[in-house]
Amino acid sequence: MAERERRLTPPRGGVFVPRVQVLTAQDVQRALTRIAHEIIERNHGLEDVVLVGLQTGGVPLSFRIASVLEEMEGTVVPVGLLDVAFYRDDIGIRPVLPEAATDIPGDLAGQLVVLVDDVLFTGRTVRAALNALADYGRARAVQLAVMVDRGHRELPIRPDYVGKNMPTRIDEQVDVSLDGVVLGDVVPR
Amino acid sequence: MTELSKGGHRHLLSIAELGADGIEEILEVSDAFVEVGRRSIPKVPSLRGRTVVTLFAEQSTRTRLSFETAAKRLSADVLSFSVDTSSVKKGESLRDTVETVAAMGVDAFVVRHTSAGAPAAVARWVDASVVNAGDGWHEHPTQALLDCYTIRQVLAERAGRALEDTGVECFVGLRVAIVGDVRHSRVARSLVLALGALGAEVTLVAPGSLLPPSLEGWPLSKVSYDLDAVLPHVDVCYLLRLQSERGAGAFLPSVREYSAWYGLTSRRAALLGDDALVMHPGPMNRGIEIADDVAALPRSLVLRQVSNGVAVRMAVLFMLLGQGQVGTGGSGPGLLPTLGTVVGG
Repeated sequence: MAERERRLTPPRGGVFVPRVQVLTAQDVQRALTRIAHEIIERNHGLEDVVLVGLQTGGVPLSFRIASVLEEMEGTVVPVGLLDVAFYRDDIGIRPVLPEAATDIPGDLAGQLVVLVDDVLFTGRTVRAALNALADYGRARAVQLAVMVDRGHRELPIRPDYVGKNMPTRIDEQVDVSLDGVVLGDVVPR
Repeated sequence: MTELSKGGHRHLLSIAELGADGIEEILEVSDAFVEVGRRSIPKVPSLRGRTVVTLFAEQSTRTRLSFETAAKRLSADVLSFSVDTSSVKKGESLRDTVETVAAMGVDAFVVRHTSAGAPAAVARWVDASVVNAGDGWHEHPTQALLDCYTIRQVLAERAGRALEDTGVECFVGLRVAIVGDVRHSRVARSLVLALGALGAEVTLVAPGSLLPPSLEGWPLSKVSYDLDAVLPHVDVCYLLRLQSERGAGAFLPSVREYSAWYGLTSRRAALLGDDALVMHPGPMNRGIEIADDVAALPRSLVLRQVSNGVAVRMAVLFMLLGQGQVGTGGSGPGLLPTLGTVVGG
C-alpha cells in the first residue's frame, strides 16, 4: 500500500509547494465537529445515516466525522469507502487509475448517504461518485460534506456541509489533511 | 489521447514486453475490478462508447466469454467475430478482414490465432489496441496474469492480509511446478516468463518429448522428468492440458502412459504439501493430466482462476482503452493523475 500510494499520488509533472497554512489541525477538528453537529441537526438524528469517504482524501475525514458522531449521539455510523475512477468522465482524455479500494457496507437502498471529500473543485468527482453510489442501491438521499470549497464549479453541484469556503485561483492547489489545510502551487519538475 | 510514457505499450502482446512492474500494475488495478465483480450490479460505465472486437481464429470457451464479459462489464460494445463463419472462408485474407472490421470503428481487437505472431501482425495493420488472447505456441499473456493474480489472492488470504497490502514480493522464492505438455503450451511460456520476472522458482516437469526444442532464455530453476520427486517440494502445482489438437499424442507412446507418469492422480496429490495449490488453465482433460477427484479438492483453484480472469481482463482493457497503454509500472512522471485534481476535481 505504501509503495502504491507513493507511486500514484505525486502531482502530475510537478511538485506541490506549500504557500499559506489556511487552517491548522485544530481548525480542521473544529470544522469536522461543526459538520457532525450539522449532520445530526439536518437529519434529526442519525437514523439510516451512512458516511461514504471518497478515496483517498475524504477517507480520514469521514472516519473522524464518524467518531465525533459516535461521541455525541452514541451511535456507530457505518463508513464506506469509494473510489470513483471507473465513473470519471475524463477516462481516455487523461490517465485514470483507481487509487485505493472501494468498500461499501451493504446495500445503500433507503439509507441517507453523506459523501465526504476533502476539496470540492469542479464537481466532477462528486458527479462520478453519485453515479457510482447508484450502483449500490437507491439511497433515500445523498448529501455532500467537504472540508474546503474552492470554487470553479463546472457542474451544478453544491455542498451541504462545508468546513471552509476558500476562493482560489484555478492554478493553485489545496492540500487537506487532518493536520491542516494548506494552499500552495504546483511547480513543474 | 495521452502521450505514451516510457515503457508503456499500446497493445498487450506478450508477458515478455511487460516486465515485473507492468505485471504488478495490472494485478493492482485488477483488485479494483474484483470488487466490481462482487457488487449486485457488477458493471461500471468506464468504456461507454468504445468498441471491442473479439477475433478468434481458434476454438475457445472461457477466454472468449471471459473477454466479452469483461468488456461488457466495462460498458464497452462487443463485436464477436469467428473466423469459421466469416468471409475468411470465402478466401478473404486475415489482413483484409481485420482492416474491414477496423474501418467500422473499433477501439480494441482481442485476437486468438493458431499462428504465433498473428496478434502482433494485427497490431501493425490497425490503429486500435490489440490484446493477444493466445497465439499458436507463443504466448497467452492474460492467462498468465490471471494465474499470478489468483496465486497472490490465495497467499494474501492465507497470510490474513488485505490484497492491496500484498505486493508481488509474495512471489519471491515461491516454488512452482509446471507439469505436462510444455511444448505446445503458450500458457506455459507466458506463465514461466511472468513467474520468472516476479522471482518465483519455476520447475518444468514433462517427458522430454513434450519439452520445447530449446529452453534458452526461459527463467527456470529446474527441469525434471520425475513428477513424484518434485511434488513434495512445491507450493503450486500447475497442470497443463495435453494438446491433442496440436498433435501432442504423436510425442507420446500412449496417452495412458502419459497419464500414469505425469497425471495428477489422487495418489500423487497426496504427495503435495498441505498448503500446496493445484491449478489448471482449462479446459481440463479429466483422467489424463488431472484426476476427477483431484480437480474437486479445495486446493484446486480452477474455477477461481476463471472468475479472476474476468477482473484481470477488465483491468487490461480498462488500461489499454482508458489510458492508452499497459506496462508502465506506474513509473512515468506525468502519467498518473494528480492528487489535487483527482481528489478535488
